[in-house]
Amino acid sequence: MSNTNVPALEVKHITKKFPGVIANDDVNLALNKGEILALLGENGAGKSTLMNIIYGLYKPTEGEIYVNGQKAEMHNPKDAIALGIGMVHQHFQLVPVMTVAENIMLGAESVKKNGLLDIKKVAQEITELSHRYHLDVNPYAKVEDLPVGVQQRVEIIKALYREAEILILDEPTAVLTPQEIEGLFEIMKRLQAQGKSIIFISHKLKEVLYISDRIVVLRNGKVVGETTPAEATQEKLAAMMVGREVILTVEKKPAQPGEVVLEVKDLKARSDLGESALRGVSFKVREGEILGVAGVQGNGQTELVEVITSLRKADGGQVLINGQDMTNASPRAITQKGQSSHVPEDRHAYGMVSTYPVADNLVLNTYNLPPFAKGVTINRPAIIQHAEELIEKFDVRTPSPLTRAGSLSGGNQQKMVVAREFSRPIKLLIAAQPTRGIDVGSIEFIHNQIVAKRDEGVAVLLVSSELDEIMSLSDRIAVMYKGEIIDIVPRAEATRENIGLLMAGVKRGEKI
Amino acid sequence: MGNFSLRRLFRSLLIPLLAVFSALIVGAIIMWLAGDNPVAAYKGLFQGAFGSARGWATTIRKWSPLLLTGLSVAIAFQAGLFNIGASGQFMMGTIFSVWVGINFTDMPAIIHVPLAISAGILGGLLWGAVPGILKVTTGAHEVITTIMLNYIAALFAGWTVYAGGSQGQKPGPLWDPAAKAISQTPPVVDSARIPFIFGPPYRVHWGIALAIITIFVMAWLIYKTTIGFELRTVGQNFKASKYAGIRVGWTIILAMMLAGALAGMAGAIETLGVNFKFAPEFGGSVGFDGITVALLGQTNPFGVGLAAFFMASLAAGGAKMQFDSGVSSDIIQVINALMLAFVAAPAIIRYIYRIRKAPEEAETTPKISWGG
Repeated sequence: MSNTNVPALEVKHITKKFPGVIANDDVNLALNKGEILALLGENGAGKSTLMNIIYGLYKPTEGEIYVNGQKAEMHNPKDAIALGIGMVHQHFQLVPVMTVAENIMLGAESVKKNGLLDIKKVAQEITELSHRYHLDVNPYAKVEDLPVGVQQRVEIIKALYREAEILILDEPTAVLTPQEIEGLFEIMKRLQAQGKSIIFISHKLKEVLYISDRIVVLRNGKVVGETTPAEATQEKLAAMMVGREVILTVEKKPAQPGEVVLEVKDLKARSDLGESALRGVSFKVREGEILGVAGVQGNGQTELVEVITSLRKADGGQVLINGQDMTNASPRAITQKGQSSHVPEDRHAYGMVSTYPVADNLVLNTYNLPPFAKGVTINRPAIIQHAEELIEKFDVRTPSPLTRAGSLSGGNQQKMVVAREFSRPIKLLIAAQPTRGIDVGSIEFIHNQIVAKRDEGVAVLLVSSELDEIMSLSDRIAVMYKGEIIDIVPRAEATRENIGLLMAGVKRGEKI
Repeated sequence: MGNFSLRRLFRSLLIPLLAVFSALIVGAIIMWLAGDNPVAAYKGLFQGAFGSARGWATTIRKWSPLLLTGLSVAIAFQAGLFNIGASGQFMMGTIFSVWVGINFTDMPAIIHVPLAISAGILGGLLWGAVPGILKVTTGAHEVITTIMLNYIAALFAGWTVYAGGSQGQKPGPLWDPAAKAISQTPPVVDSARIPFIFGPPYRVHWGIALAIITIFVMAWLIYKTTIGFELRTVGQNFKASKYAGIRVGWTIILAMMLAGALAGMAGAIETLGVNFKFAPEFGGSVGFDGITVALLGQTNPFGVGLAAFFMASLAAGGAKMQFDSGVSSDIIQVINALMLAFVAAPAIIRYIYRIRKAPEEAETTPKISWGG
């Protein structure tokens, strides 16, 4: 055995410059053997850049990496894997139509003497690994049939199969349900007990405090502090991350509901796969109130929002906005005639054009209206001026209005979308997963903006799979389960427990 | 887009320039391997294109059709569509303009020329609309449909001028009886011919002015109008354009109609300014060269103008190259194909010249999806 005092991984004076940005600025970091080290930071703080350097995807401008005390030269992930570094990306790198075993052997194929793939041997090894770490994965299952949490375990096995001693988990909890998160943490503990060293990247404070041995905080590419869960609190960590005090609870006055703005009657629709996704959904949202739609992801929330905003066709039922029937109207009619705004769930697919400048994205659905267009000609000065105002008002961190939107951090992209959608005069706001995958500072900002809209008298439909978000913002909570609204609970009567039961499909008063 | 900076300009020029450079080098190696003298060949090529007034005239004459088919492919690319159909749209433009050019005899040139050009534009536009409509209504991929429509257009055009057969097959409606057994139309009347800027032997006609104006019109349309914004948004992000309230189906049809109109215009100008009649062998590869021009020009109208000029000079200098150095002018086709390969696969150029991709850099070469 080598000296146990030598860190499993050490990065020294790592600096990474991109044109116009310093993503990592003289970063020093040591990961001890058998340790879970949390790397905490806002989006754009440089966490992913640093991990990509460690994994050989980027070459640092300056600095060195040591693995087990040996200086490491990494030109590509292959080198990193050879040194025992494994990475589980936020977006899984799996082929959906292939089996677990096929995915795992991809790039490290096991071949029989006759030149054919030895799937049996691989499957056996997977079963062994799965058993040792209680991962519970069937090597012959097709990846596309597996729940997200299991897919993630496949990624972990993939790294273990390649004999990783150091595991980098990039935002592993972002895609998981609360139960799956607990499962992941158990696995991480077990890996740790077997001597693996883990870097856990996150911006979720609770999780970091729960699971890690040590916490390193990054801000603007620099290490700004190091602490342990014993010494830290959520407030302290948030302040370190953002660089100022952050209020984690949302302050709001009681709601003063007015006229009905959005009414949905017996709405029915199908999913992309043609299955019935909405089975007769009805509710009303009034002026000056926030109706939160809770539910485990995939219970029809996505389809509900898409049908209301006309991105998906309704098979039956009605959508009334301000008393007008807007069922299957054009998306433009919904936004312009219906005076509504929509913060879409998937900002990369729907909310923005990542190759466009920020300024163009800020007029994505108003480019045809004055002052941005005069007849058919586009008024660029007006678009730039509008962008400058919104960037200032919504604190979008971008080098300029002409910067490509895709190069902003996730939180700033979302602020850009929010800026666009919140700056129009509206009566209805539909916000789907408005803070998914973004940092604490931006979450606080967006939450306050949503409450401010409500206080202006806007009707807000908030869809979120984060129960904390639903609980802290909503005035009433609708819970979706299998394409239906199983119940609508006033905020005062809602607890994590009763909403949690509804999310699992258990109605009030029903025995489990 | 929309904004301008020198660095951005340099970056967008880098790949096409290196693609051209690499194609010329590889072309030289091929010539050398074949025992030819590449230096003499390129010298002849350059002199053929620019060494004399007639060389310049030929370059300019060949410039306008390449420019317009290049713009045709480029505007479709802007909307995320791959128009392989410029060739067929060019053919339809030719037929429509030739019909107006031979059938209206009592018309002053000031009306007849614009009318015949407009007819060509209309022919291309209608032919371009077909794959657009098919894509929107049935999901048929434009790459497949435009290729099919190229054949249909070529065969249709051939039929219109068919000279008839000895077994009593009927001649086509546009066939010129005076041409006897040759399948071709009669010449268009004088009033339908685009006037010369420089008459024979130079034969540079005013069509080039129209083509250059079209560059500016297209640049304005793409970058300065709401229509251009819609085209580009559909091309960049289909879902986001739905979200933005853009009528995606109509925008796709419009883009294909514009692409067809430009290629049709190329056919009209070539007919009314150079050939003065139609025969099935006219047209050549100009529709397909439009793809190379559009990619070399990075789908930017001004870039397309430059790229077309360069390709026109290659075409113009080929004859003198062959005469001076003995290298077959077919090597020009080889160089064209190499340029297309290099510019369509910028990763090769980046690898050879060790160019790093700036993280904020947009992909300038359009990605072609086969997903429909």
